[in-house]
Amino acid sequence: MKFLVCISNVPDTTTKITFTPDNKEFNKAGVQFVINPWDEYALTRAIELKEAAGSGTVTVLNVGEADTEPNIRKALAIGADDAIRVNAAPQDAYFVAEQIAAIAKEGAYDVILMGKESIDYNGFQVHGMVGEMLGIPTVAPAMKLDLSGNTATLEREIEGGKEIVSVNTPFVASCQQPMCEPRIPNMRGIMTARTKPLKVVEPVGEPARTAVAEFALPAKKQGVKLIDAENAGELIKLLRNEAKVI
Amino acid sequence: MSVLVVVECADGEVKKSSLEVASYGAEVAAMLGTTATAIAVGEATTANLATLGEQGISKVLYDAEPRLKDFVNNAYTKLIATATEQEQAKIIILANSNIGAAVGSRLSVRLKASLATNVVELPKTADGQFVVRRGAFSGKAFSDVVLSGDRKIIAVKKNSTEAKHEAGKTAEVTSFSAQLTDADFADAPTQVVMQDQAGGVLLPEADLVVSGGRGMKGPENWGLIEELAKALGAATACSKPVSDVDWRPHHEHVGQTGITVSPNLYIACGISGAIQHLAGVNSSKVIVVINKDPEAPFFKAADYGIVGDVFDVLPKLTAAVKALG
Repeated sequence: MKFLVCISNVPDTTTKITFTPDNKEFNKAGVQFVINPWDEYALTRAIELKEAAGSGTVTVLNVGEADTEPNIRKALAIGADDAIRVNAAPQDAYFVAEQIAAIAKEGAYDVILMGKESIDYNGFQVHGMVGEMLGIPTVAPAMKLDLSGNTATLEREIEGGKEIVSVNTPFVASCQQPMCEPRIPNMRGIMTARTKPLKVVEPVGEPARTAVAEFALPAKKQGVKLIDAENAGELIKLLRNEAKVI
Repeated sequence: MSVLVVVECADGEVKKSSLEVASYGAEVAAMLGTTATAIAVGEATTANLATLGEQGISKVLYDAEPRLKDFVNNAYTKLIATATEQEQAKIIILANSNIGAAVGSRLSVRLKASLATNVVELPKTADGQFVVRRGAFSGKAFSDVVLSGDRKIIAVKKNSTEAKHEAGKTAEVTSFSAQLTDADFADAPTQVVMQDQAGGVLLPEADLVVSGGRGMKGPENWGLIEELAKALGAATACSKPVSDVDWRPHHEHVGQTGITVSPNLYIACGISGAIQHLAGVNSSKVIVVINKDPEAPFFKAADYGIVGDVFDVLPKLTAAVKALG
């Protein structure tokens, strides 16, 4: 089984978000980038399934410029076998999906996994676009993934419940909790990751369909109004008469 | 040239988030000088679909194929694509739900449309550009996105726009068939398991949420959360550490890697307010924090706060809600 795991390079979850003075770009200064936390579920589950089968390969794919390579190496250290970087800034979901679809097709991957969404763009789009471009099923968001031969059984989250879905390979799934416990690299993994293959390819396809014109930050909160714990019931009156939410 | 709105139904009723989407679609149609047509998915009744007129929808298409009751990605995509072609729709509007995201992303490729998800405001058309504001960086920012091309798909975030109700107006409900075949249902679920709601409110659709963190000390104390939620008619939620240790199920986990909620009221009980938790709740209209630690970072993001022990405060709040009558 050939697994293709798509990872995104995102600001660390604790990052304070700021923009360049013209609000056109995210201010990267001093920001640490990590593997998108949702993608860690996809990566670890692919490695677990490969280990359980005793055969197969896990390839990591990132669409990004050279500065994403430390996180690609981290994915290799966690247990992926090799990696591909598409040498381009990820312009929008459609552009990224085109790159993934092209590589998935060329490499004839059986299982294409990614996180539910990236924590910076929050698009939740790439999975369906890749599935449609390749004409294969997409299961999103997937909370559970098991393989038996060429058939996968997945749990798909729906509002208020879940669906059990069975699909044959090839397919795309976007992963989320509680699929697995994401792994962290161990020392042996870090050592071996240095020599694992990382191929760099140039982007293909049509241009992006969307563009960010400007970023904005939410309005600041007025500050908290504290209510004495002894008189907690007062809060309910404020919620009704002042905030008018109940 | 019209606006096509996808409305999700369950148990015969139009979901609240889809009422918002219908209103949004009607406003976009008015902006563009055209009308809004809806296509219904899920289990609907003609009577309930007709009430979409109150949100400004003029016509509702409904395919009574029974297998469309549950979400089937390929079948839903084909259904909506067929309706788009029939109505010559240039703009398609969906809810930013698990169904909306799954269908919208496939449709964008099939219909060669540009797509914006997580949209929080009505579009702006200035200088020949079509711009929508969407949530980014896990609720910590917005981005204004230019949608190019002839066709556009917009997925609207729940509770970011208000559903209008013009009483008495009705929409014309028309039967519609996308000529779906067995092959379109190949990825149909083999089983659908709904959560036991026990009369409670579904978290993703909830206007009011009462949420508990590690400060609740154990699952046996969740009755305090549930009693306040029941009195308010709210859904219950929890922080990541709580679902990680299985005090509560994963589908209640609100935060960066859990569910993002944007209710009118979010009451956080015994949650310190880690930045990853805030990412899931920071678009709530009003945030209340109850924590015995006055230094808990959550107070900085709150509108109202009580510094105190949740075990003392929660019963008082529940009693006060009941006293409102």
